[in-house]
Amino acid sequence: MMQGRVSNERSAAAIDWPAAIHRALKSQRVRQVSYVPDAGHKRLIELCHADKSMAVVPLTTEEEGIGLAAGAWLGGERAALLMQSSGVGNCVNTLTLAANCKFPLLMLITMRGEEGELNPWQIPMGQATPETLRLGGVRIFRLDRAADALATASAAARLAFDDCAAVAVTISQRLIGIKSFQEEP
Amino acid sequence: MSARLHRRDVVKALLEDRGGLLVVAGLGSSAWDCAAAGDHPLTFPLWGAMGSACMIGLGLALAQPRRRVLVITGDGEMLMGLGSLATIGAQRPGNLAVVVLDNERYGETGMQKTHTAYGVDLASAARACGFIKARIIRKSSEIASMRSDAYRGRGPLFFQVKVRPDSPPLALPPRDGAHLIRRFREALLGRRATTR
Repeated sequence: MMQGRVSNERSAAAIDWPAAIHRALKSQRVRQVSYVPDAGHKRLIELCHADKSMAVVPLTTEEEGIGLAAGAWLGGERAALLMQSSGVGNCVNTLTLAANCKFPLLMLITMRGEEGELNPWQIPMGQATPETLRLGGVRIFRLDRAADALATASAAARLAFDDCAAVAVTISQRLIGIKSFQEEP
Repeated sequence: MSARLHRRDVVKALLEDRGGLLVVAGLGSSAWDCAAAGDHPLTFPLWGAMGSACMIGLGLALAQPRRRVLVITGDGEMLMGLGSLATIGAQRPGNLAVVVLDNERYGETGMQKTHTAYGVDLASAARACGFIKARIIRKSSEIASMRSDAYRGRGPLFFQVKVRPDSPPLALPPRDGAHLIRRFREALLGRRATTR
């Protein structure tokens, strides 16, 4: 499930979009950040680990993060959940917790299985991700451009926390870069 | 060795005079046991999302480090979220205790055997995951020390309580999830619950 080395086809490095998402989480007072890693989330995970105001919780499987977000909210804290699109499939039944209990669930999802994907095993879940989220009652904000990261993540977080909604930001594979499956030269 | 403890007695002993204890109850019989001990705004009972009880307890324990958090769940529910033991072990919250009422059965679906009936040892799994203390409880004489640990001991703590595979009368908690969340937050956070 975890993505390894990544080569950015287009250099999004000019705009530090993971730092922009981190800023959005911080300004929205997110205190618990859980994740199953993805190479696309590498920098954001590092930024969260380095942030003393955030408890960072590595998960064994993505649906654990939904329970964590519910518990955080019960205790008066805000949480965010980071994963790769393949993890959305693992979350399906646990999304009923968010549907029934109406607490903020903010998911940041790096996409696989989109344009340029070189691993065919990533295609089915990647392609099914938006519909799976919608069927689970999750609103979707799509992030295609690095320049939009702060605005999109902030809008998603506001909707989640102000409206106690389940909201996902799906971060396009083009923005993250395509895994090359080649050794570094 | 067949279990002698009654699940309702165990939960009643754990929740009597509970003070500021925060409780998460796993779906099914464990939630009914907590309701039978007395519905309480600071108990969050689950009606679904099987496998989530321990993770909700972890989120709560991290958010409220000065309060004690007790997860009460069943062996089937625990088995579905076994990975959460590893996730808790990596965090080591000192204020979290997990009690698994282990009747070795899926009590809500026809009393089929769970893995613990075939010898799977949840307490050893919890210990291997880094829980400070993880024990199997079989006798009523051990309940007082388990309760004392759950309220005061350094966590994370894990107790696998072997209970009889009986089905006590239903005692149902409220089932509106939004209501359960709201009343818990209001009881715990007061006015902060509405300001977020």
